[in-house]
Amino acid sequence: MNPGATDLQPERQLVAQLTGFARYARAQNFNVGLQENVDSQRLAARIGVTDKRQLRQGLKALMCCSASDWERFDTMFDAYWERDQPRQNSLASIGGKAPRQSALAQSRHTGSDALFDVPDANALDAVGAGDGNMSHGGASATESITSRNFDQLQDATELRRMEELAERLARRIRQRLLRRQRIDRRGERIDMRRTARASLRYGGLPLSLSFRRRRRQTPKLVLLLDVSRSMSVYSYLFLRFARGILGAFKGADAFAFHTRLVHIGESMREPSRRKLREKMALISAGWDGGTRIDKSLEAFNRHYARNVLGSRSIVIIVSDGYDTGKPEDLRLQLQRIKRRTRRLIWLNPLLGLENYSPSTRCIMAALPLIDIFAPAHNLASLSELEQHLAGV
Amino acid sequence: MQAALDHMRQRVADAGYIADSALLTSLWLMSELNRPLLLEGDAGVGKTEVGKILAEVFERSLIRLQCYEGLDVNTAVYEWNYQRQLLAIRRQEILHEEGLSEEQLFSETYLMKRPLLQSISAAQPSVLLIDEIDRADEEFEAYLLEVLSDFQISIPELGTIEANSIPLVILTSNGTRELSDALRRRCLYHYIDYPDYDKELRIVLARLPEVGANLAAQIVAFVQKLRQQDLRKVPGVAETLDWTGALLRLDMKSLGDNPDAVVATLGCLLKTREDLDAMPQEVVHRLVSKAS
Repeated sequence: MNPGATDLQPERQLVAQLTGFARYARAQNFNVGLQENVDSQRLAARIGVTDKRQLRQGLKALMCCSASDWERFDTMFDAYWERDQPRQNSLASIGGKAPRQSALAQSRHTGSDALFDVPDANALDAVGAGDGNMSHGGASATESITSRNFDQLQDATELRRMEELAERLARRIRQRLLRRQRIDRRGERIDMRRTARASLRYGGLPLSLSFRRRRRQTPKLVLLLDVSRSMSVYSYLFLRFARGILGAFKGADAFAFHTRLVHIGESMREPSRRKLREKMALISAGWDGGTRIDKSLEAFNRHYARNVLGSRSIVIIVSDGYDTGKPEDLRLQLQRIKRRTRRLIWLNPLLGLENYSPSTRCIMAALPLIDIFAPAHNLASLSELEQHLAGV
Repeated sequence: MQAALDHMRQRVADAGYIADSALLTSLWLMSELNRPLLLEGDAGVGKTEVGKILAEVFERSLIRLQCYEGLDVNTAVYEWNYQRQLLAIRRQEILHEEGLSEEQLFSETYLMKRPLLQSISAAQPSVLLIDEIDRADEEFEAYLLEVLSDFQISIPELGTIEANSIPLVILTSNGTRELSDALRRRCLYHYIDYPDYDKELRIVLARLPEVGANLAAQIVAFVQKLRQQDLRKVPGVAETLDWTGALLRLDMKSLGDNPDAVVATLGCLLKTREDLDAMPQEVVHRLVSKAS
């Protein structure tokens, strides 16, 4: 396995090096299974050892699975082959430039400032691995959320019941939708295949028609949760709610925002509670601060909307609407979201208070664009969501 | 192998497509390993074009399957020709012919082949271009995965149809939906980025040689600058070519001569009102002066 060994045949040596590289790439989370390993050997046999640039390009096509893989492949490739073969530095410099990186860098420069850059998974990993203090600080933040009260609820058992209720509710919404699909039996279009088959019986006359009805799909829910300080009383409930939704709805996604946007969908899906806590601790730095709804939504539109939103998605924004940004900016971002979705729902916990009327500038600007503006201060109000979702 | 690559490079260039060596390697690799190639990249960077070029290079027929939401087996794989079936039954009845059995009714005579079936039942290997796979539903993606790994299609009335020839498969995706890991794993991958200045210049000159080196350089410089602006929809290569064509019609020799014409034709590059609004005349003029 020692790549530098000289007593091996050149081909054997290459095989060993490639296997080592495959293992290394797998450790770096690249898509390298047995098939890829075999293919890379075939590839190398055809290309030969001499043409390192083509070897790089070939392996890149073989082992990458996504745009992010594509970006980091060259670094990984260099890291391995340079470590093992300091003499072959030339191979790093030839084909190694990724044009994508420059384009990305440019868009970052022209686009948002550093504060609103969306942290990607790698960056989060780096934070978690590199800085123990950070993770500790995050953990305590989670704890503070956990022990915070949901309005009148005080003790831990009550809290747990709340979690369960939220999850159950989320599941019930889905079930209700599914049952409606079944009851709706009216056909819309003639099913030619079945009709043709059935008409064999009547000598070719299509006497009995078969119908096909369009399948009703469950909506794709996208939650945008405000986790700023003004919402801190409610954020825990809504995080649990988000977890229930994510578990119950296929294709649902969730984001949290305060002064910037954090993608929490992946982490919230974590089945183990302990791991969930750890993950949330990692990404909850900076929560309970101020709010920039417009900037957060802008980041959402810029980085995620294209992938996350579709014609059957419903966006639910949970926020009290206390924002420090300009109302026009918020309006613009909401317009962009609305254009891509079927329905835009804004849940406002304050709406449940008796003497509250939505009069902040922010809410006033947003109201015309919102399909459903509803209170969400307790479970009963949340369960009314069911009606809104079922009708879609 | 080098010879094969050089040959391919030559053929691709002859077809008027400017490909970098990484893409050529990927194309060569997919024919070598018989694996589908997944092309990703923003709209308008020439993904679909790759499929067409590939068909030309290998001198194979191109079979294209455009995906959309709700695409089902009947439009992608096969469909029975019901009208013809019904007619055949009626005809038999009227002429009092004997023996149109159900087996005959569901034979290849009445089968309409859709792109997937077409490509695997073709006598000569073809190029199968599955365009915008991200627009199809997840269910279809799963089905496609099965077809791509076994190259056989089962039709309940006919049984399993084995592939006569294995097509070269190219899938393109715009990223409107995240593709499944399984599909990604099955495919080779290539990311096509917006071309840099040199490459785009070569593309423009290859496609529209009558534009002249001077104007082409200005156009490409302008578009490159434009891509750095904060736009909702960044113009792709297709847009650059459109715009070049428009400027040619206007007999432009240099962008600087007539900046107003640039503003007037900006609709070729910017396709949303927001983006057009975000590019007032002064900004355009400034970009023009920078580019020329």
